[in-house]
Amino acid sequence: MTVRITTEGEEMKALLVGEIDHHSAREARERIDAQVEKTHPKLLILDFAEIGFMDSSGIGLIMGRHRLMNELGGTLRIENTSRTVSRMIKMAGLGRLSIETGGTKR
Amino acid sequence: MKKPINEMRLVMPSCSSNESFARVAVASFVAQLDPTIDEITDIKTAVSEAVTNCIVHAYKDSIGNIYIHSKIFEDGKVSVKIRDTGCGIGDVKQAMEPLFTTGGEERAGLGFAVMESFMDKLKVRSTEGRGTTVILEKYLIRRERNDN
Ligand SMILES: Nc1ncnc2c1ncn2[C@@H]1O[C@H](COP(=O)(O)OP(=O)(O)OP(=O)(O)O)[C@@H](O)[C@H]1O
Ligand SMILES: [Mg+2]
Repeated sequence: MTVRITTEGEEMKALLVGEIDHHSAREARERIDAQVEKTHPKLLILDFAEIGFMDSSGIGLIMGRHRLMNELGGTLRIENTSRTVSRMIKMAGLGRLSIETGGTKR
Repeated sequence: MKKPINEMRLVMPSCSSNESFARVAVASFVAQLDPTIDEITDIKTAVSEAVTNCIVHAYKDSIGNIYIHSKIFEDGKVSVKIRDTGCGIGDVKQAMEPLFTTGGEERAGLGFAVMESFMDKLKVRSTEGRGTTVILEKYLIRRERNDN
C-alpha cells in the first residue's frame, strides 16, 4: 500500500492506495502518525477510494488514528469506503465513536 | 462425505509478507469454481484474517509454519483449513467474541467475527501450547454455465 498525504490549512488528507493488511498497515500508520504529529491538523481524512482489499487490520488502523486525533483534540473522517469496508466498520461498531464519514463509493 | 473435485496444500513460514500471498493463492485455486467477485472478496478476507492470526498471535515472537489445505466440491462448497503449531488459545469462546483482543492498540479484535460473517461456517480447534486449526467453509452460488 502507498499513502499519498496532502495538507491544506488545518486539514490533512491521506489517500490510501492498494491493499490494507497487517503487513502493509504498519508503514501506512507510521507515515500518517509522523505527519500528524508534525503538523497537528484539526481534521484528518482517511480516503479509502483507492483501496482494493482490506481486512480487520484496516479497522485497527482507523481506531488507532481516531485515538490519536482524540488525544490531539482533532477529528477523524473516513471517506469513500467500499461495501466490504463499510460492512466491517459496522461490525466494529465504529458508529459509537465520533468519526465523521463522507462519500461512499458503489 | 463427498469427495472433493480438487484440493491443494501450502506450507509457508509466518512472515507477514505471506499474508497477501496466502489469500491470493487460495483465491486463484477457488477460481476453478467460477465464483462471483463478492464471493472471492469474502474468501480472501477470511483467509487473510486466519493467516494474520497465525503470524500475529500464534507465532508472536517467533517464526513457525502455517499450513493451508483447501478443497473444492462439485456442489460449490469451498473449505479452507488453516493450521499453526503456535501458542494456542486458552479460551476459544472468549477469543471469538467480537472486539476481544490480546493484540494491543492496533488490533480491533474483529478477525473471528469477520471470518464468521464472511463465510458460511467457521470451526476453531485449539490446544494451549500446541496450536490452532481454523476451518472456513463457504457454499458458492451455482450459476448457469455456458460451456459451448
Ligand atoms: N492462531 C491463533 N493462535 C493464538 N491465538 C489466537 C489465534 N487466533 C486468534 N487468537 C487469539 O484470539 C484473539 C481474537 O482474534 P481475532 O482475530 O478475532 O482478533 P485480533 O487478531 O486480536 O484483532 P484483528 O483480527 O481485528 O486484527 C486474539 O487477540 C488472540 O488472543
Ligand atoms: Mg485477528
